[in-house]
Parts: sequence; C-alpha cells; structure tokens
Amino acid sequence: MHRRSVRWKRDAWEGYLFASPWLLGFLLFTAGPMVVSLAMSLTAWDGITPLSRIRWVGGENYQELLTQDLRFRKALGNTVLYVLGAVPFGTLNALGMALLLNQEVRGQALFRTLFYLPSVVSGVATSMMWMWLYNPSFGPINDFLARIGVPQDRLPGWLTDPQWALPALVFMSFWGVGNAMLIYLAGLQGVPQHLYEAADLDGATPWIRFQHVTLPMLTPTLLFNLVMGIIGSFQTFTQAFVMTNGGPQDATLFYVLYLYQKAFQQFQMGYASAMAWILFVIVMTLTLSLLRGSRRWVYYEGER
Amino acid sequence: MTAAPRRWFRLRPAQWLSYAALIGLGGLFLSPFLWALSASFKTNAAIYEFPPNFLPRPFHPENYERALSLLPFARFAWNSTVITLSCVAGQLLTGSLVAYSFARLRWPGRDVWFIVLLGTMMLPPQVTMISTFVGWTQLRTLTGVDWVDTYRPLIIPSFLGGSGVLIFLMRQFFKTLPLELEDAARIDGCSTWLTYWRVILPLSRPVLATVAVLSFIAHWHDFLGPLIYLNSVDRYTIQIGLRMFQDINGSRMNLLMAASMLVLLPVLILFFSAQRYLVRGIVLSGIKG
Repeated sequence: MHRRSVRWKRDAWEGYLFASPWLLGFLLFTAGPMVVSLAMSLTAWDGITPLSRIRWVGGENYQELLTQDLRFRKALGNTVLYVLGAVPFGTLNALGMALLLNQEVRGQALFRTLFYLPSVVSGVATSMMWMWLYNPSFGPINDFLARIGVPQDRLPGWLTDPQWALPALVFMSFWGVGNAMLIYLAGLQGVPQHLYEAADLDGATPWIRFQHVTLPMLTPTLLFNLVMGIIGSFQTFTQAFVMTNGGPQDATLFYVLYLYQKAFQQFQMGYASAMAWILFVIVMTLTLSLLRGSRRWVYYEGER
Repeated sequence: MTAAPRRWFRLRPAQWLSYAALIGLGGLFLSPFLWALSASFKTNAAIYEFPPNFLPRPFHPENYERALSLLPFARFAWNSTVITLSCVAGQLLTGSLVAYSFARLRWPGRDVWFIVLLGTMMLPPQVTMISTFVGWTQLRTLTGVDWVDTYRPLIIPSFLGGSGVLIFLMRQFFKTLPLELEDAARIDGCSTWLTYWRVILPLSRPVLATVAVLSFIAHWHDFLGPLIYLNSVDRYTIQIGLRMFQDINGSRMNLLMAASMLVLLPVLILFFSAQRYLVRGIVLSGIKG
C-alpha cells in the first residue's frame, strides 16, 4: 500500500512535468489571450497607445457591431451563406465520392490520390490557380460554359460579379473535400462485414442496405465531419484575401477577413476583439447544439 | 473475398456508371492543376486568347526563370523551410511528451485537462489571435528586444505542445502500444523519461512520421500568421512572397502561374512520397472517440 502511494506521487509529479509544455502553452497562448481579448473587447484601443491611457467603453463595441455596423452584418451574412453552401453540399460530395471509391473498383488508389491531393495543397498558390480558372473573359471555366452553349452575354463574371463571387468560392471549396472523403472512406471500411451479410440474408436491396446499415454506422463520422466543417468554414480567410479581397461590393467579405481588416489594417483592436468573441459564441453555440442534438441521430456501437 | 479477375466487358451496367463517374470526377479534380501548368508555359498574349488553348504554344519555359528573377523566391523558400522545420521539431518533441503524459501517466486532473485539450481543437484561432499579437508587441517594452517581425511568435507555440489535434493523434497511438513493454522497461529500472525515450518513441515512428507530415503541411501553408507577424520582405515566407508577387505582377498571369507552380512543387513532392502517412493520420484519429 505504501509503495503504491509513493509510485502514485511520483507519477503525478512526472505527469505534470511531461504535460507541462502544453499546460504552459495553454496558459500563454489560449487561456491568457482569451481573458485579455475579452478585456480588450471592452476598450477602444488601437494597439499602439500606452496601456495606461486605455479608454474603456464597456459594451459599446458589441452594441455597435450588433446594431449599427452594416459591414459586420454583411460579413456575418456572407459567412453564414458560405457555410450553408460549403458544408452540406461538401458533405454530400465527400460522402458520394467515398461511396464510389468504397466499391471494388480498379485504380482505387489512383482516384483516391486525385481526390485527396487538392485538399492538401490549399493556400495562396491554389487560390491563384482558381483566379485564372474563373477569369470571366479568358478562363477555362467560361470557355467550357461557352462550348456547352451558354451565350456569351450570359456567361457569369464569377469573381468580378457580386452575385457570382460567393457561389464561386463555395464551388471552389468542393475541390477541397478530399480530406473529409478520406475520413468517410475510413468510416465505411470500418463497417463490420457481418452486418452486410445479415442484411443480404434478409434480402435487402442495395438502397435498404445503405439506409439501414451503412448510414447508421457512419453517423459518428458524419457528426465529426460536420463539426469540423462548420468550424473550418467559419474561418475562411486566405481565398477571400487573395482572390477578391472581400469584393466586389463586399460580396465575399468574410467574418475573419473583416476581423483582420479591423485589427491589422485599421488598428481597431478593441473592436476586432469584440468580433472575435462574437465569433467564438456563434461557433461554440453551433458546435454544442450539434453535439447535443446528435444524440438523436448518431449511432454508437456498443451502446445499448 | 477473392475478387475474381474481371474483364472490362464483364462489367455490370452499375459498374460502368461508377467508372464513368470516377473518371469524370478525377478529370475535374485534376484539371485546375493542368490548366495552371499549361498557363505557366504560355506567353502572356497566348493566355489572353479566347477560346483558350490547352496546349501552351509557343512553349515558354523561360517564365519560370523570369518569375524566379523578379522576387527572391529562393530566400522565401529558405525562410519557410526554417520556420516549418522548427515547428515540426517542436511539435514532435514537446507534443509527444504531452501525449505520453495523457496516454500513460496518472496525475490528478489529467482527464479534465484532456477534455480542455479536446476543447481547444474547436476554438477558432481568431479568438486568441489579436491579443496574442498584442502580447508579443508588448513583450518588447518588457525585454527591450523585438519579437514581432521575427520567427519566434511563429515557432514558439510549436515548442509548447503545438497543435491539440496532433497531440490527440499521438495519444491515441500511444494507447495502442502493449503495456507489457513499458512494464518490462520499468522492471529493468528505466525511469519514466528513459521508458518514453528508449521504448515508446522508437515504437512510434509511424505516428511520428504522420505528425511530422501533417505539421509540415500546416505550417508551410500558414498564411495569416506570417501575414500578421512579418514585416521585412527578406523575412517573408513563400506564401506571403507569392502574395506579394501577385501585387506586383498580377497582370502577368503566366508568371503568376509559374510562381504558383514553384510554390506548389515541394508540397506535391511531399504529398506523393508521404501519402500513406497522411492516410494513417485519418485512420488514427479514429473518430470512434
């Protein structure tokens, strides 16, 4: 007994020691900054004025954001539309591609690589590639549309047209569903074979098999991808910054882009911190309600 | 499940459909790369031709030379390499320590801290971005040394555990290792440190490779971080450099595409040589909770 308690104490001490880099990192780069940004959101600070002369404004930043700032409303609306376009349809695309690949097809590895690659090489370079693809007068996409019979004057202006710029970025996001697709594929391959065999014995059609075996077994994966997709889509920045800089007419002004402009171009650090906290509340509320609601539709093996 | 060798003419109609869909989608996913590659070898006049020709004629490989001469891309690539490799090293060293602590050591509060770790995975980084930046700027008044416009704000977080997702990934792997090996090491008198260093890490090469690749890709592509912290052009990363190139030479699409291809190249090489580690990362994250 005595020996065990000594061992326990040593373990406890060493446990903290081994975890200390992250514990320290959490305090310095997550918990601390969260408290500071909450405090900053109550000020009208430009990030430069000495701390001693900070002007406290209470809830004014929040009030202005929520009741007066039309660009904030636009940015939030754009982002919500983007999430509503990119996440559900991205999910369908990723799931559909995973189902296609999960069959006995030749060249599975080749197709998997092709679908996965774009999701790995995101960034400035791919944004530039898509700027060229979307070029309204000379780009390959409009060339294709013209070839299949869209009249010249009806060709979309894509990134230059306020109506088409946001759909263009949503469409581009489907190019990056490869990572989600691989997660679905791993989920599909984890479905126990005996369930399919049992379904076959009962004479199930492929659709019934999908509805009653594949889909329920895939719901935990679906939940994971939905949560990650929503969190990620709310943070969309690079594409909008590089391809449109929020334009035309703020049509692609995303939440994080507006936050960046406020904080690092207009130096309204307090105002931008309030934006960050509103983002935090939105994302947390969405995530938690998804997780809570998921009890009704997510099936976990091993539960009663 | 022995798949009988199939001939193409024996395929069922449904399989024809599947192949048609796969090939169509494959072409769709590949075409942005091919169009950009083709544009990178064209003259600028040939790019602004409608309808566009897929094949670059005349063929202009000099675009690459021109693009490289207009901005110090070699310098940017070197900067990116220094930052990225430092981050990978920090992530591997400290992240694996933390993951080992969560996987195998028993300490009060561990399970609560683990939930906190999972929670950080859901936190949008923008919530802490501004105040962290302010923190680094204020550090100047305390220390008298510049922190902004150095690589330290970009690298140091990776030496303090780094990404929560990657810690989680390593912890999941460590959990699958047989306990007997560690017990044996303990009986032989190994300290916790030696057990971790001599037993756990050598057995964990696959997951360490996965974490290294994932971390490399994340930091190589990082845009917002360098955009905020780096001001001097000679410290720019390759992503910021490419963005600067766009500002200066935005109308010369052929050079822009050549520069983009050059930036993509290292990632493409890494992707094709390390794809299995990336896939393993997805399997490991497990989603089964």
